Amino acid sequence: MSDIMTAKNLNLWYGETHALKNVNITIPEKSITAFIGPSGCGKSTFLKTLNRMNDLIPSVKITGEVCYNGQNIYDNSVDVNELRREIGMVFQKPNPFPMSIYDNIAYGPRTHGIKSKVKLDEIVEQSLRDAAIWDEVKDRLKKNALGMSGGQQQRLCIARALAVKPKILLMDEPTSALDPISTSRIEELAIELKKCYTIVIVTHNMQQAVRISDNTAFFLLGELIEYGETEKLFSQPTDKRTEDYITGRFG
Amino acid sequence: MRSRFDEQLNTLNTEMIEMGAMCEEAIALASKALTTGDVSLAESVSELSADIDQKERDIESRCMKLLLQQQPVARDLRQISAALKMITDMERIGDQAEDIAEIITYLEGRTAEETVHIRDMAAETISMVTDSVDAYVKNDIVLAKAVIAHDDKVDEYFDKVKCRLIKMIAETPENGEYALDLLMIAKYFERIGDHATNIAEWVIFSVTGEHKNS
Repeated sequence: MSDIMTAKNLNLWYGETHALKNVNITIPEKSITAFIGPSGCGKSTFLKTLNRMNDLIPSVKITGEVCYNGQNIYDNSVDVNELRREIGMVFQKPNPFPMSIYDNIAYGPRTHGIKSKVKLDEIVEQSLRDAAIWDEVKDRLKKNALGMSGGQQQRLCIARALAVKPKILLMDEPTSALDPISTSRIEELAIELKKCYTIVIVTHNMQQAVRISDNTAFFLLGELIEYGETEKLFSQPTDKRTEDYITGRFG
Repeated sequence: MRSRFDEQLNTLNTEMIEMGAMCEEAIALASKALTTGDVSLAESVSELSADIDQKERDIESRCMKLLLQQQPVARDLRQISAALKMITDMERIGDQAEDIAEIITYLEGRTAEETVHIRDMAAETISMVTDSVDAYVKNDIVLAKAVIAHDDKVDEYFDKVKCRLIKMIAETPENGEYALDLLMIAKYFERIGDHATNIAEWVIFSVTGEHKNS
């Protein structure tokens, strides 16, 4: 499996707060990588550095590199819109646009210049199928997306992210607002999607990391403490802090 | 923060110690029955073996409950899964002590004086079982490794018993059946040593995450 993203000596400050300390990590493609750690450990912050979501926060300062396909994404020459097309994101709370299901999915492709109705229909159907929600919504594509259940909304958001044909999907606690059945649907979906996409997921649910991820990274106080195969990390962690966190001794 | 879970793990440890102690007692009783020819002792081994079976069920369901409730990871997961494997070996030890006791009832009061090394085997296996459970509770790899090394001694005694019995059969063929019974007894003790070794190997897994055969 080849690597798709690499962070090298990545540091991030929110004003005076040193939120990420010299993070080095390599993410293999077509796999699921989970980030775990207590609240405030930097895992979500780090996830957001992977598609420059932190650019939107004025006080943020970043040093080091994040390489995607061999290029530092913080290079001046990088087109951030194009970067975010290739590296999509799904958030903790489902955030469909207040428009129809169809238009939610078509929004991205349209902004990237696709106008043909036939082409858009095709993209909408394929994206909804890939997000395992087509059968549930195919008869009400013109209905407002806000009328869907939370679990459906989240899969819609995944479909919306897939519509622009990304390579990587970043998921920030995508199931923490969902019921167990919707959660397990999203988990199954993630496993299905890794055949074609690379998934990086932040989760507070350690059993979820165990269930779906191939690799797990444990963050603490802005540092990457331990990173490796999920099965190994959860059965024989090498760092005592990892052991203490995953066995519930702090956090 | 996780006091209830720690308490549950402590209870598991206590039960493991109790089951280990029951195994030691079963071996000791079988050994005593052999040296005294007291058949009533042999009967108590059989009762004890039934208690050991019950203990295995109890610990098993406690472990299942812990897996279900606590979804353990890392050392907790290893400790509980090691316990599940260890009790199978302990249960076999109980069965083998019972098998020994059963043979003793056929010996018609003969006390195996000719083969003192069988008693040595019993003494060695008792200390192996004690130490292996002790190592589990204390997470003591050094002690677990000592148990594994100790098994060679049991095997050595077994070879000595075998030689002695071959000689017995050659010198007094009328003792053939008796000699074979003693050989069976010695073999059971030798197997008990192997089970104690397995237990010690699981202790090492519990502490380090590495199992010899993986």
